[in-house]
Amino acid sequence: MMMLKRDKKEEEEGGGNPFNNLEKSTVLQETRTFNETPINPRKCGHILTKLLYVINQGENIGANEATEAFFAMTKLFQSKDPILRRLMYMGIKDMSKIANDVIIVTSSLMKDMTGKEDQFRGPAIRALCSITDTSMLQSIERYMKQAIVDKVPGVSSAALTSSLHLSKTSQDVTKRWVNEAQEAVNSDNIMVQYHALGLLYHIRRNDKLAVTKLVSKFSKHTLKSPYAYCLLIRIATKLIEEEDAGSGSPMFDFIESCLRHKSEMVIYEAAQAIVQLKNTTAKDLAPAVSVLQLFCSSPKPTLRFAAVRTLNKVAMKHPAAVTACNLDLENLITDVNRSIATLAITTLLKTGSETSVDRLMKQISTFMSEISDEFKIVVVQAIRSLCAKFPRKHSVLMNFLASMLRDEGGFDYKKEIVDCIIATIEENPEAKEAGLAHLCEFIEDCEHTVLATKILHLLGREGPRTPTPSKYIRFIYNRVILENAAVRAAAVSAIAKFGGHCEELLQSCVVLLERCEMDTDDEVRDRATFYVNVLKQQQRNLSSAYILNGLTVSVVGLERALYSVLEHGLKHVCCTGLTVSVVGLERALHQYTLEPSESPFDMKTVPLATQPLADQKVRETPGLAGDVGKPEKSAATRQDLYAEQLAAVPELANVGALFKSSQPLEITESETEYYVQCIKHTFSNYMVFQFDCTNTLNDQVLDRVTVDMEAADGFEVVKQIPCPSLPYNKPGSTYTLVHLPEDPTSVTGTFPCTLKFVVRDCDPNTGEPDDDGYEDEYVLEDVEVTVADHVQKVMKPNFAASWEEVGPENELEDTYALSSMSTLEEAIKNIIQYLGLQPCERSDKVPEGKSSHTLYLAGIYRGGHDALVRAKLALDTSGVTMQLTVRSTDPSVSEVLATAIA
Amino acid sequence: MSIVFLPILFIHSMRAYNHVKIANMDGGILEPSLYSLKALAILDNDGNRLLAKYYDDTFPTAKEQKAFEKNLFNKTHRANAEIIMFEGMTCVYKSNVDLFFYVVGSSNENELILASVLNCFYDSISQILRKNVEKRALLDNMDAVFLATDEICDGGIILEADPNAVVQKVAVRNDDIPLGEQTVAQALGNLNPEKVLQSAKEQIKWSLLK
Repeated sequence: MMMLKRDKKEEEEGGGNPFNNLEKSTVLQETRTFNETPINPRKCGHILTKLLYVINQGENIGANEATEAFFAMTKLFQSKDPILRRLMYMGIKDMSKIANDVIIVTSSLMKDMTGKEDQFRGPAIRALCSITDTSMLQSIERYMKQAIVDKVPGVSSAALTSSLHLSKTSQDVTKRWVNEAQEAVNSDNIMVQYHALGLLYHIRRNDKLAVTKLVSKFSKHTLKSPYAYCLLIRIATKLIEEEDAGSGSPMFDFIESCLRHKSEMVIYEAAQAIVQLKNTTAKDLAPAVSVLQLFCSSPKPTLRFAAVRTLNKVAMKHPAAVTACNLDLENLITDVNRSIATLAITTLLKTGSETSVDRLMKQISTFMSEISDEFKIVVVQAIRSLCAKFPRKHSVLMNFLASMLRDEGGFDYKKEIVDCIIATIEENPEAKEAGLAHLCEFIEDCEHTVLATKILHLLGREGPRTPTPSKYIRFIYNRVILENAAVRAAAVSAIAKFGGHCEELLQSCVVLLERCEMDTDDEVRDRATFYVNVLKQQQRNLSSAYILNGLTVSVVGLERALYSVLEHGLKHVCCTGLTVSVVGLERALHQYTLEPSESPFDMKTVPLATQPLADQKVRETPGLAGDVGKPEKSAATRQDLYAEQLAAVPELANVGALFKSSQPLEITESETEYYVQCIKHTFSNYMVFQFDCTNTLNDQVLDRVTVDMEAADGFEVVKQIPCPSLPYNKPGSTYTLVHLPEDPTSVTGTFPCTLKFVVRDCDPNTGEPDDDGYEDEYVLEDVEVTVADHVQKVMKPNFAASWEEVGPENELEDTYALSSMSTLEEAIKNIIQYLGLQPCERSDKVPEGKSSHTLYLAGIYRGGHDALVRAKLALDTSGVTMQLTVRSTDPSVSEVLATAIA
Repeated sequence: MSIVFLPILFIHSMRAYNHVKIANMDGGILEPSLYSLKALAILDNDGNRLLAKYYDDTFPTAKEQKAFEKNLFNKTHRANAEIIMFEGMTCVYKSNVDLFFYVVGSSNENELILASVLNCFYDSISQILRKNVEKRALLDNMDAVFLATDEICDGGIILEADPNAVVQKVAVRNDDIPLGEQTVAQALGNLNPEKVLQSAKEQIKWSLLK
């Protein structure tokens, strides 16, 4: 009976929801009512709300249906009902992206925008701008300018925000509204002020001087809006970051003064800004930390959350600055909001002393099961920094991490724990055995293939160097029996490394590997067969080249490439231990198959795999900035893209395979008439300079653009490939091909550059150029070719083995006094920069308090010669003394590298 | 021929290692911009969407949006904790009876700015619904709720953060004056006496429950 009643009640409730079970097609049918005259505002309003509701529920409406409904809706302009009209504006905005021919309502909206009804004007502007594109913007420009400075705040705000939306596509037009925006900043209305400041900054953001002026002006003349203050603080922070200025900057004074603002929002923004700045001392942080401390005891959860989160960030860099808040943080451990509690604990972990670690760890374990994975990751990160700070506590921390590994958790969480254990193992030799043991235990029951292979790789690298390598082999071999093919393959490689490194285990490893030769998976079988053969040779240099310091290419690409070779029945393929890029290899093999020859295929013609580069800085194209672009994910590396690009230029055929591409280098200021970037592409005998040019003048079109380079000694400019036409704001590329000097030891030079082109004036609005132009030139900055341009970085995980492999045949040694360097870190940074080689075995990090250090660098020199450098550095009163030893497979390479530093 | 396979061998393990090395950094300087909101939403007590506006392409499809809403609701409907870090974003929220209000921003956004928008969102709708913040009243006034949302945020930019200003801009109909201020004659003169009676009932019910 009770059940029945409840059911009935629920039914009633469902019936009470007029929007429940709305059918898209029914609502679209109902929109026909809009065509009836006279219009019934109530009825139509209700139908329109239903339509908005359906769209808001994410229903997919086709273009035809939407267009029909849209046109029916336009009939409602005849009604003066305010609610109905406003709903129409929303409908126009919602349908502007799905319906066709939405510009039909432009004139009606323009009428409303300039009409007498103030409450229509703002929303009408916003609706109008949602259907306007660049070509139509000209016609409403005048009205927009007026609206920006309108006395009614709603109208002005609407115009300002819409301008910002429009500037995504029509940067040039909105740029012209800067004076109006300037005027609007002085408005009494706080929102108008905020929006105007936002637009003003957006227009001027590339002009550093103007932005500086903007901040200094508004930091004195008091703004009313707290939102505008927050924005101004962010602008000031960005300026300080860009200038790399510290607390001495007037901008910093402004931010600090905001700590005394009456609005909590502004105080917090200022505190957060100070915390985020890079060049801050503990003294600069103190006032920010003390306001955050006050917030910690606020009754508002949001404020407490914000404060703890920011204190947590401070603790990462300056744990000492936060110790004053320890008492407040302890109180937050029991906060009802778990997020706040977790942040409080992890902050305490960073600031706490060695003695409090055990107590805090116990406290965390009580609620680890209650918090989300995101916060578990925060806890793991805190433990990671603790491991680094208190190496003696590693056993407690390692045990805690191990127990977390056993608990339930997603991939990201598990990955973070594994990373943390690996980092600890690498930094703290004492923790190595315990850490490896925990990881061994983890892979016994690990569902994530990626983590298992990662750990097996680590075991293969670190295990052989421990006192008792044999105990790990059991764990690894278990994987061969129990796991999927990818893990089995990784396990086989790991076992081979034990065999290659420890002579006493060699026989046992060979036996184990031989058992894998019967595996069901070809990859595992192939690996096992190969390793057994290499190990049976019992030659150290073979083991080094093929087992301990392997290649880094992706299987898929290589297999595909090799497959194509096999298809053509080629028998002679030899390869040496090179690090090659997949795409490049594929292309080289393809080339080889096209030109059948008797000579064996040589891996040296294949481009190297580039080390993962730090995120490539793409210059924002004006007009697209402002919103955060998603990082582009592409399978091919940057260099592969360049190679493809260069291959598309017919004039550059026959220069060989691309060896290395440099980072783009700006050779003009970024705010000049013509903006040029240079990328140096190195080939075995040539160098191609790619100049990416952008014409920033909208009244000019440049034709036949080339860059004239004065060749340095021994270099010879062979060819120039002009860019046929360079219209406004469309980047184009011109190339200059230079033959490298015959003398293998002269490889560096300076090239003065001039941009040459034919100018044709054009109408900025239509882009229609005049028929005839005149020649002109523009002086660019010099382009330097350095030793680093001829060298590709290669990681050698086992440097000593490679060092022996190359041998002392072409060894060169010299001693230098680097008097201008005052620290070892600085010297290391400079050496790496000059030589362009990859630091190996983490030798680029100097342990604290050491006065001597050895740096290991590895790479491949143009032409495919291995290049290894050992630099022994010692710090004394007069600077840094360096003993540089270079080994290479080619005598001239050793010479080039040995003299590069001098 | 077997020598050809030399390079293949290391790949699995090395690749995995390199990939994982790219750390996920949080924090960083905020780009000074007016775009500060990612989404506004009102869900009912089953986590179903009553209204949701997304202002960037974090969740490009309706399916992803609804999945996000469901997850967010599951994390927040029991603990009334006001703020949560969720899927790398900061979400502030507030609930009453059977309605849940959410404001979502980037994890680097000033939490207090988000909270101020939430307050405006909640308070203006509360005024529109004559303090009757529950699902039924909301659905009865869906038109005004849409308009209020539109006045608070425009494409991710905070347009207005003062609830009074929002309500004034929405300009509800004359007959939507709070019940207490209406004369009986006016109330009876309304087209829909049943509705008035019902809303009176509701008001009494909620005032008793409070």
